[in-house]
Amino acid sequence: MDVLKKVPVREQEPKVRATNFEEVCLGYNAEEAMAEAERCLNCKNAQCVKGCPVSINIPEFIHEVKEGNFDKAYDVISESSALPAVCGRVCPQESQCEGKCIRGIKGEPVSIGKLERFVADTACANGRKPQPASEKKGKKVAIIGSGPAGLTCAGDLAKLGYDVTIFEALHQAGGVLVYGIPEFRLPKERVVAKEIENVKSLGVKIETNVVIGKSITIDELMEEEGFDAVFIGSGAGLPRFMGIPGENANGVFSANEYLTRSNLMKAFDSSSATPIMHAKKVVVVGGGNVAMDAARTALRLGAETHIVYRRSEEELPARAEEVHHAKEEGIIFDLLRNPVEILHDENDWVTGIRLIKMELGEPDESGRRSPVEVAGSEYDIEADCVIMALGTSPNPLIASTTKGLDTNKRRCIVAEEEFGQTSKEGVFAGGDAVTGAATVILAMGAGKAAAKGIDNYLSNK
Amino acid sequence: MYTILKAEELTANIFLMVVKAPRVAKSCLPGQFVIVRTDEESERIPLTICDYDREEGTITIVFQVVGAGTLLMSKLKKGDAFHDFVGPLGKPSELITDDIEITKKKRIVFIAGGVGTAPVYPQVKWLKEHGINADVIVGAKSKDILILEKEMEAVAGNLYVTTDDGSYGRSGMVTKCLQDLVDEGKQYDVCVAIGPMIMMKFVCKLTKELNLPTVVSMNPIMVDGTGMCGACRLSVGDKIKFACVDGPEFDGHLINFDEAMKRQAIYKTAEGEAYLAAKEGKTHHGGCANC
Repeated sequence: MDVLKKVPVREQEPKVRATNFEEVCLGYNAEEAMAEAERCLNCKNAQCVKGCPVSINIPEFIHEVKEGNFDKAYDVISESSALPAVCGRVCPQESQCEGKCIRGIKGEPVSIGKLERFVADTACANGRKPQPASEKKGKKVAIIGSGPAGLTCAGDLAKLGYDVTIFEALHQAGGVLVYGIPEFRLPKERVVAKEIENVKSLGVKIETNVVIGKSITIDELMEEEGFDAVFIGSGAGLPRFMGIPGENANGVFSANEYLTRSNLMKAFDSSSATPIMHAKKVVVVGGGNVAMDAARTALRLGAETHIVYRRSEEELPARAEEVHHAKEEGIIFDLLRNPVEILHDENDWVTGIRLIKMELGEPDESGRRSPVEVAGSEYDIEADCVIMALGTSPNPLIASTTKGLDTNKRRCIVAEEEFGQTSKEGVFAGGDAVTGAATVILAMGAGKAAAKGIDNYLSNK
Repeated sequence: MYTILKAEELTANIFLMVVKAPRVAKSCLPGQFVIVRTDEESERIPLTICDYDREEGTITIVFQVVGAGTLLMSKLKKGDAFHDFVGPLGKPSELITDDIEITKKKRIVFIAGGVGTAPVYPQVKWLKEHGINADVIVGAKSKDILILEKEMEAVAGNLYVTTDDGSYGRSGMVTKCLQDLVDEGKQYDVCVAIGPMIMMKFVCKLTKELNLPTVVSMNPIMVDGTGMCGACRLSVGDKIKFACVDGPEFDGHLINFDEAMKRQAIYKTAEGEAYLAAKEGKTHHGGCANC
């Protein structure tokens, strides 16, 4: 075995998986996991932990894996993370824990994500659950949104003995884990539902079909229903469009709509009551994880699928693994291109898209080289479906119905970073509702920080 | 689960149900809507609220069977329950949230078409309770599919029923009825039209000529109903609006109805197949070249 390289992880063959919705990555078995764990140097001053937004004690859990103590490894992770089976699958490890791994200086870093996933899946198979609090605090906390931020905050507060209720607007708990990330990357029944069951086993109640700001306001929750503190983890749900001609034509969808139909409503399954467009040729606009998810979903539904992104490959914001998988499966990347118009027939059905070539200019505020149009370089390509994956912004519903809750120019809720305190007493916030669209693990980190903030606040009250 | 306390077939294919949903009943206002799911597998179906009882904690919905989803809903009986029932969604009607003193000075005419009579009812009722008598035109294809006539009569200033085939009340479409009323000397300051998109389009065409400001309630395709998916986007003037969070009521003179009607047809084939499958079993696979 080459100690400089990761133990390879088994995956479904690209050609096979391009036609199904089964999980792409098959994960490690015990033998592979123990072999990979051997590669960990067990650093005293572990850099990987510093790279983890929820500060999992990575060397310790890997040490337990090495010894074959998988349940103990799970207990170590559970101290810091409520959703290890999710994080092992969707965290951008290359820029977090694995990005800091000393092994990575000369060779490949330890495959921390795959080990975390192995530990979580094994614990689930063994029926191991996180431990509920032994003492109750007798105080009520409301959590708005059951995505990664809300579940994490709820789990941590329940472990501390608080009486926690999560309010979810949709009919199913999980937030972006359920409506956004596809089955082939994050299985819903086997992984997400199990993680949510674990949070519930800590005593957390989940009330679905409650739209905070419509069904009831935050002020009413605190004044009429006796909640002592509130955490807002409502995410960034509003899709962006480009504002180009033809964008309302039939066959143009936001990635949110396309993915919600496929993931939450199970439209990828032909027996689903909710329809989804089965297109011949799909153009997905955007270069993030959501764009990759939409493109790979379209591919699996039988379409030739293109990704149109205005910068070059280097700037693609998606996780490296997603881009790699997308390419393997046959997604065509049209880079340094930008749509200028969506073409349609007289009945408003999409027939194509007009693109303009781009070149990279000077770096912008984000440090990325900004794309500039090449004059006169427009050309048309055929397509019957266009999916816009241009990012999302927070829903103004909660801010606009809560007295004294400040937002910034981008409509994000203003919350202090260390503990998530907002401008309103007793109200904390975190995740995409505060930062704008980001990652699952950053939302979890914010949920965790806010749980500490809420515990401090209620302990001193 | 959301228990059904009353289920009644008002006329062929149009059903009324009273559903226990205390959170919705506590906070809803006329003009808002709910989204329901019959069971764990069902699609999300948006329906405008027809009535509410804050004390009983109930919401009344009225729906027409138009596809597989509503067909499944129609099979539910008193004592059964909806798996999901979420709301209130959207903004309340502006007539209700505007300054009541200003609304009191307005001469209001409602135009209800078919099952659109249901969402008109709570608005007229609310106005009546606040001392405002609004005229109501109710249109139906024929007498036997007219709904909520008695209820509407009790709350409307004047109720004008018109049927396309002349089988009851006045004869002709709602647009003819409005034109006739104006010709008879009636004067209005605002019109609220709710019904099929094609009806609202032609009402708006007429009221533009009459220089009568008109509000319409749009019912495009929706998924989540909270602003997340953008399926319900509409061109309103030169802006793109989401019916679920910016509406469902808009200035009818600014709506691009032709675009909205084309967008409504996106899933027509899939919906038609699902409806036939629900009604007759899996006999319609397509590709047989026989139909």
